[in-house]
Amino acid sequence: MSFDGDLTRSTAAALAAAIKGGDVTAAEVTQAHLDRIAKVDEKVHAFLHVDTEGALAKAAEVDAKRARGEQLGPLAGVPLALKDVFTTKGVPTTCGSKMLQGWVPPYDATVTRRLREADVVILGKTNMDEFAMGSSTENSAYGVTHNPWDLSRIPGGSGGGSSASLAAFEAPLAIGTDTGGSIRQPASVTGTVGVKPTYGGVSRYGLVAFSSSLDQGGPCARTVLDAALLHAAIAGHDPMDSTSIDLPVPDVVGAAKLADVKGMRIGVVKQFDGDGYQDGVRQRFHESVDLLRELGATIVEVDCPSFDYALPAYYLIAPSECSSNLARFDAMRYGLRVGDDGVNGVEEVTSLSREAGFGPEVKRRIMLGTYALSSGYYDAYYGSAQQVRTLIMRDFDRAFADVDVLVSPTTPTTAFKIGERADDPMAMYLADLCTIPSNMAGNAGMSIPVGLAPEDGLPVGLQIIAPAMADDRLYRVGSAVEAALNGKWGRPLIQEVPSL
Amino acid sequence: MPAITREEVAHLALLSRLDLSEDELAHYAEQLDVILGSVARVSQAVQQLGQGQDIPPTSHALPLVNVTRPDVEQPCLDPADVLSQAPAAQDQRFRVPRILGED
Repeated sequence: MSFDGDLTRSTAAALAAAIKGGDVTAAEVTQAHLDRIAKVDEKVHAFLHVDTEGALAKAAEVDAKRARGEQLGPLAGVPLALKDVFTTKGVPTTCGSKMLQGWVPPYDATVTRRLREADVVILGKTNMDEFAMGSSTENSAYGVTHNPWDLSRIPGGSGGGSSASLAAFEAPLAIGTDTGGSIRQPASVTGTVGVKPTYGGVSRYGLVAFSSSLDQGGPCARTVLDAALLHAAIAGHDPMDSTSIDLPVPDVVGAAKLADVKGMRIGVVKQFDGDGYQDGVRQRFHESVDLLRELGATIVEVDCPSFDYALPAYYLIAPSECSSNLARFDAMRYGLRVGDDGVNGVEEVTSLSREAGFGPEVKRRIMLGTYALSSGYYDAYYGSAQQVRTLIMRDFDRAFADVDVLVSPTTPTTAFKIGERADDPMAMYLADLCTIPSNMAGNAGMSIPVGLAPEDGLPVGLQIIAPAMADDRLYRVGSAVEAALNGKWGRPLIQEVPSL
Repeated sequence: MPAITREEVAHLALLSRLDLSEDELAHYAEQLDVILGSVARVSQAVQQLGQGQDIPPTSHALPLVNVTRPDVEQPCLDPADVLSQAPAAQDQRFRVPRILGED
């Protein structure tokens, strides 16, 4: 093999170029990643299902295409880890829940289909908090995922399997979903890159719904350019999703190559600083703001008072939508059924199946949502939360009238210990403090690594937020910061992950 | 505001179609009380930040329009594929538990 270096430590862009140039085959690249998974996933547990056969078949298809002289796409032959919330025809999809144990979907999600069409090699399905509800991946029915930086810590959530697979060099690309921060917070705590595209930018068809007005699939990678290449592959209008935006996808790849913030106006959100933020997180964040200034951006402080109430509003809106969405798990057409003894009626069987199939966080949120939507409480809870959502959108509109992007820490602390917040839902919910406003407003957000916190040596993320359909600005800013920091450090931060 | 009772949680469990155990009822009553106590701040927020104005609710970040397509036949899922995932099937249909009462 004439590829220079470790295939599993390479970027997606470099792998695609090497495959295209004939320096390495897609089969060799895929096998290297399957070997890596076999070697380290026992310790990390990023994957719920590894599709060895499907991955090698796809790789062989790519190699055959190349042999025939066919044009290969920009990610052809590159392996990817897919969050287990997207349906995959013929490959199990569990959403981290016992409710869907053994379910083999009869159809592909649009994201899955586009990945296949782009000749991306899907290695398998990654672990997640059950139905994407959580910030630590501890709510999976199939066991916890460990953060490769420190195996005693959480990899973030809900997409902890996807983020951990990247940091463990099991895959150069992954797909996540972000309802309140489930792409960005895992990226932050694993020193990787994660993007929540504009709501409606990536199709939700075949993405098992949690909170439909907030859910958004998006790319995860180890570099900003890799995330952009993946973003371009999965984004764009889909007639199968009624909330899909019928506009051209912003030029995210071009922006990632630009890596220039000169002349940009960048807002620092006043509300996301101070008490409750770990010292090392604040330190790295303020250094990032100084860096952006040095790189030629103008820094402005921005006041968004409604953001203080985004968290409580989210924990009414998301559970309300979840209580409705998860009503589909009625044990009749697919999924777990228990108690069907010929005596129990349909309602008993449904209640027994849901009791057996759902874990504690899912039950908690279904009941919370049912309460918030019940007559007598609707106005005070769900109604007020929807009004807060209006106020959040107004604060963003006001901010973006003055600045091009906003920045903040992605999450208030570095990765916490497994078990540390498991019995305290309110403490767990704080992990999404800074990421939730973007979901509420439907705009775009990114997390990039900006260093390690001095006190614990764990990664810190910088969040960048751009207006809806201006996703390219995330990549412009993200790539500029990434290039400057790589220059300063001499190599990407991700290479500091301890060997497993 | 809240102080949610165990009886109310039992009612929520019924509405949610969750056959909770006695232990779970007690546990969730405690937790939901804490969570509701915390999220109740949203109504204050509207009063404070709205400055007495009438704030319209937002259910969705995008203006939603219904999506239609021409009424032409399209391929759909194969019934055998779909029923292969059913908990129980019979005569190309989903078999469900009894839906009517005994009497």
